[in-house]
Parts: sequence; C-alpha cells; structure tokens
Amino acid sequence: MQERDAILKRKVQDSAEAIPPEKLLLLEPIIEKYQGSSSYLIPALKEAQEMFGYLPMEVQRKLSMGLNIPAPHIYGVVTFYSYFTITKRGRHTIRLCLGTACYVKGSKQILEIINKEVGINVGETSKDGRFTLEAVRCLGACGLAPVMMIGEDTHGNITPSATLNILEGYQ
Amino acid sequence: MCASPYYRMQIMMCAGTGCIASGSLDVKSALERELVKRNLQNEVQIVMTGCNGFCAMGPLVVIYPDGIFYNQVKPEHAPVIVEEHILKGRVVEKLLFKDETVKGRVPLMKDIGFFGLQRLIVLRNRGLIDAENIDEYIARDGYGALAKAVTEMTPEQVIEEVKKSGLRGRGGGGFPTGLKWEECRRYDNFPKYTICNGDEGDPGAFMDRSVMEGDPHSVLEGMAISGYAIGAEQGYIYVRAEYPLAIQRLQKAIEDARSYGLLGKNILDKGFNFDIAIAPGAGAFVCGESTALMYSIEGKRGMPRIKPPRSAEAGLWNQPTNLNNVETFANLNPIILNGADWFASIGTENSKGTKVFALTGAVVNVGLVEVPMGTSLKTLIFDIGGGIPKKRKFKAAQIGGPSGGCIPLGMEDVQIDYESLQGVGAMMGSGGVVVMDEATCMVDTARFFTNFSVDESCGKCTPCREGLKVMFDKLTDIVEGRGQEGDVEFLIELGHHINNTSHCGLGKSAANPVLSTIRYFRNEYDAHIRDKHCPALVCPDLIDFVVLEDKCKMCGMCFKNCPSDAIVWEKKKVAWIDHSKCTKCRTCIMNCKFGAIR
Repeated sequence: MQERDAILKRKVQDSAEAIPPEKLLLLEPIIEKYQGSSSYLIPALKEAQEMFGYLPMEVQRKLSMGLNIPAPHIYGVVTFYSYFTITKRGRHTIRLCLGTACYVKGSKQILEIINKEVGINVGETSKDGRFTLEAVRCLGACGLAPVMMIGEDTHGNITPSATLNILEGYQ
Repeated sequence: MCASPYYRMQIMMCAGTGCIASGSLDVKSALERELVKRNLQNEVQIVMTGCNGFCAMGPLVVIYPDGIFYNQVKPEHAPVIVEEHILKGRVVEKLLFKDETVKGRVPLMKDIGFFGLQRLIVLRNRGLIDAENIDEYIARDGYGALAKAVTEMTPEQVIEEVKKSGLRGRGGGGFPTGLKWEECRRYDNFPKYTICNGDEGDPGAFMDRSVMEGDPHSVLEGMAISGYAIGAEQGYIYVRAEYPLAIQRLQKAIEDARSYGLLGKNILDKGFNFDIAIAPGAGAFVCGESTALMYSIEGKRGMPRIKPPRSAEAGLWNQPTNLNNVETFANLNPIILNGADWFASIGTENSKGTKVFALTGAVVNVGLVEVPMGTSLKTLIFDIGGGIPKKRKFKAAQIGGPSGGCIPLGMEDVQIDYESLQGVGAMMGSGGVVVMDEATCMVDTARFFTNFSVDESCGKCTPCREGLKVMFDKLTDIVEGRGQEGDVEFLIELGHHINNTSHCGLGKSAANPVLSTIRYFRNEYDAHIRDKHCPALVCPDLIDFVVLEDKCKMCGMCFKNCPSDAIVWEKKKVAWIDHSKCTKCRTCIMNCKFGAIR
C-alpha cells in the first residue's frame, strides 16, 4: 500500500516544449463553435485537448482570449478535473486500475512490468511518444480485476505476460 | 422475447464492457463464421445484448428458445456450439456454469442461484434486448409508460403516482422522488431542466454503467416522464468520462428516439416538447453531488454550494432543476405501466421496490444483482453471491463505497433498506457491496477509503480538506507501526468533527469508513497500536515474517513463490525466512495454505 501511495503521489515535470503560434490557429474553429457561452468551456477544452493531446498555457491563454473567459478561471477548471492535463501525452493513454479489487489481484505486478518494459512510471510519457501511463482508482469493471484501459479499450484479467502482448497492439 | 419469426434460434451474446473486455466481440465473429460455413446465417440470429451482470464469468452466451446459459466462451468454442447445440440440439456440457455448492453443471439461467433469486425491475431487459435497437426496447413495453403519461395522465397525476409508489432516490440519499418532482413543479420559472446523474464514482459500483450501456432507452424514457411531470423541456445526462461505451450508446439511443418522434418537438402529437443532451464529465468524484454536478455542466469547477436554495428552486443556470440517478429513472417505466400499488407491494414499509447491488470483493459470484428491498445481507452474499471463496470466513461487508460503513460478521442478518443500514452505521449509497474475508485488514481498508476521499475532496471546506489529511496520516502511522495510545480516541473525535462540520455529502460521510471500522473492529486497531501486529497479516510493517514450526507442513510453496529468494527450504524441513533478503511482499503468506507464516 505504501509503495502504491508513493506511486500515486509522484509529481511530474511540466513540459518545456512550446507550441508554435501558427499551430495555435488550429484553435480558431473551436473558438468559433463555442463562442458566446461560458457553459461550453468543458467541451471546448476537451476538443482542444483531443487536438493537441494536452493543454499547455499557450492554448489556455488563446482560449481565454477567444472565448472571453478569464484565464485563471480556465486554469481552475483544467486543474480541477483529472481528465485534463497540462503536460504532453503519448499517443495511447494506459489507465491502469489500482483500485481495491485490482490491487489485491496484482495490478502492482502489471505496473512493474510496464515500468520495466516501456520505461515509464505513473504520470510519465515514453520517450517515443507512444504511451502515457496513468493510475486510476476504479474503472467500474471490478469483476475482471486486474483491469487496464488503453485509449477506449478495456482489457480485463490481465497478467504481466499478457500485458506486453496487449501493448504490442498499440503502436 | 424479441423473437423474430424468420429465425429459429437466437444467440444472445453479452456485449457489456466486462464481456467485451473478455473478448465477446471475437466470439461473435467466430460464431458468425461458423454459421456462414454451415449456411445457417438465415436461421440463427446473433444478438448483442447489454450487460448481464455476471461479468466475472464472461463472455456470456445465452441461446434461446431453450435458454441455455454458457459462460467463459472463447472463440475456439464457436465450432462446438454451432455443431453440437445448434445443429444437433445437444447441450455443450463443458461450457455450462459450474455450481460449487451442488458440485455440478447448471444448464438454465434461472436455476443458477446468482440469477434465480433476483427480482428484475431496473434490469428487466438485461440480456434480452439489443441495447442499440430501439425496436427491441419498444417490443418490451418500452416507451409505453411515456405514451400513457402524456396521453392519459396530467403531470399532477404522474407525480401522484410516483409519490404513491414510494420510489426513493437510488443514488444514495433516498429522498422520495415524487416529493422532489412536486417541489420542482411548484416553481413557475421557465425553462426548467431535468438531469440524470450518471457520474458513478464509487470504487466497486457499476450498476449505472450497466443500465446506461445495456438499456439506454429506459433512462431516456424515465427522463422524458420526469420532464413531463415537472414541466421541463430539456434534459441532460451527466456521464463519467471513463464510460465511453455508455456515452456512445446513449448518443445512438437519443438519435433513434428523436427519429421515432419520442424525443424532440410535439412528442406523440400531444404538444409535449422534450429533448436530451449528453454532458460528459471530466473526472471528478465530487461531481456526483447535485450542485457540483450542475456547476460542472455550466463549465465551472465542480464545487458544491450551500443549500438553500435547493436545486428544485435554483439549479442549473439558476433555473428550477430536477436531478435523479440513472437507476431511479430506469424504475419509472414499470411504475407508470403497472401502477404505484404494484411497485409499493415490493420491498419493506419505508423502502419500496428493488435495489441493484454491485457485489465485488471476496465473493464467488462477482457481479450485478437486483433484489427486493428488505432482502438480508446474508441472502445477498451467501445465496446469490455463492459465499466466500477459498474456504475462508466472512469478515465484513462494506456497503456504500467511500461514504459507507462496514457490517461485520454476526450482523449479516440485517435487512437491506435505507433505514436498517443507517441503523448499523452503514448506508445504501450507490449500492456497491465489497465483501471482505478474514484476510482483509480493516485498518488498512479504512486507510484506503480515507486516501480516496483525500484525493477527491474538492478543497472547499477545511474539515474535509485538512481533517481527512490528518486522519490519513494518523492511519498511516498506525499501519506502519507508529501508532500510540489515544490515537483511536483522536480518530473518533476528528471523524465526528469532519462529519458534522463539512458542507456536502462527501465530507459529511467521509469519516464513516473509519468510524464504522472502529465501532466494530476496535480490537484490530488495538492490535496494531499495542501489539504492533496486524491480525489479518496485511500491513507489511506489522508482520514478523517468521515460520511457525508447528504449523509448517514443509510443502515448499513459500520457497517456490518467493520473488527475492529470501526463503530457505529443503524437502522435509521447516522453512525459514532470511530477513536480510526479505522485501516484505507477502507472497509467501498468500501462498501458504496452512497459515504457518506470521
């Protein structure tokens, strides 16, 4: 348990990589679509995140100007919800469940094998930009523990050796 | 049954998230190939149904008209099923459910204890219809209740009927649904909204997911009925971002319902307008709270606010808003169609109808079960759940997720309804039941739930934000051997402070896991603090890791499984543990059948 808590609490460094201004122009259609009502902030952020993979400050500032919402408000929303991220992500997000049922059934071993083979810890992105690893508390599939999600696919009853085969399928 | 006259047999293939993850889509294509190979594709239909609830045994296949139930079906079993069952009419013995209590295979779904003892109202269509086909829902009386409500009843009559049925909110609070609607109807401030709360965040609860994925139209119909009753023309379904399949199926269901004229303008030509949009969540547990959820839809941080005004008066965008849980909405079709008296005849004095529970943890049949209110916990765990695996003993059941409490051995006769559970210090919550056996440490469990609440606290109220943190640190001290005399009293006092002075439901109940484990398992806390020993052998710092010579049967299982070669063992000799190499991973304890390591 202690180890798991340490894993869950690791802080990640912000990415220093800046987004070039011309890329920010890609946000224009989103701004146009959601202009006029602050209630569309969350869908707008979701679309922006799908486009860039993450929400760096430049993107938040651009949205703030475009949607006429104060930047601190946007930052507040981005940091409140766990779905949003300020750091860059891999092409595939691995969400490994470390909830009660999964932890008891050995999701820690799965974590270790990903750690060793892909070379990333929780919250990190692999160097080739292929995977980001996240630890979550419950995916609502406790009958299949241990469970992990890659992108939108759920994989249940995984073992350390099966994990590598599954990861092979995501390039 | 949705039997089409052109097919002589139907293969119902479970396509819930659980079964899909176990490979049900591969099984489906394998079955399709086999059918085509034998030119049976026009005689036998494959239907992808919603979740059956028996996820641990997936992928599940039920073949009608016989109703033969196969579990753990793999793609390589497809030829056998088609050859034996479909062509020759012989049941494939090896794929039937194996009942441990009678030591035999059970062919029919209704004879399996897990299914047989359930009473299905919310899950009435489970495993019977294709979740993505509106016609199949309509064939099972779907949208009949909406039609009855808008054509034969006034909104007041609908509210009266729901009030009379005694339906109470299934999200955990247990507030009477009819009263909520009545209050919302009273306000003459338009537009009004009705919201479905599908932000199911409790670890170990997945009933809302199953309903949204397996029977999305029942939620839409319930919402439309509530919209008619309170006078709302717009509904929102707030779904967790972690449930992509639910979002996808609900979206399809909304589009289908619109094209059938069951949503949109002038529904059934009665001048009633109602439409539904999906508001996907973004991953915050506290957004299950009503006011936080509404802020989240508005695009703000989901932090609960002070009530009053209640959301019935000023909710979403400060307009009158009604909010119900997924399961509550799914109850409405049968209530309106069969009448309030029928519904009120099920359940207990104050808790009517049924409740869906997600049975997980140390129990043989893990899955979703729906039972009438008032069923005893014992029936739920031992008759439906099949008891505790590995011949271990039942220790406690944790009901209600991180806000709930534990019900210990000796109290398993307690009836499951809102009041009885509160009486023993637990709560209904969303209906997650985590069964714990003797190998579970209650202090560690309390710490796990406290950790969850620490992470999910929105940070608005000090007692919840800081108090839980202190509580968590104190529990960490106890499980790591730094516990002191007086810690338990401190935890009790702090727990009451947190519960009494926090604002929303999360804070008000966040200390419950700690308080209820102290109430029933004080001796375990004392063992951790005074003896520096964990009785369940879970907390690594409080285990000695010594082999008891009188119990060791010299089997060598610990030696074979030890990942760090810390165990010294030879045939016919008692093992011993080299503490310089031991990493305290507990693998040896889990593999010792004789309890010889402590």
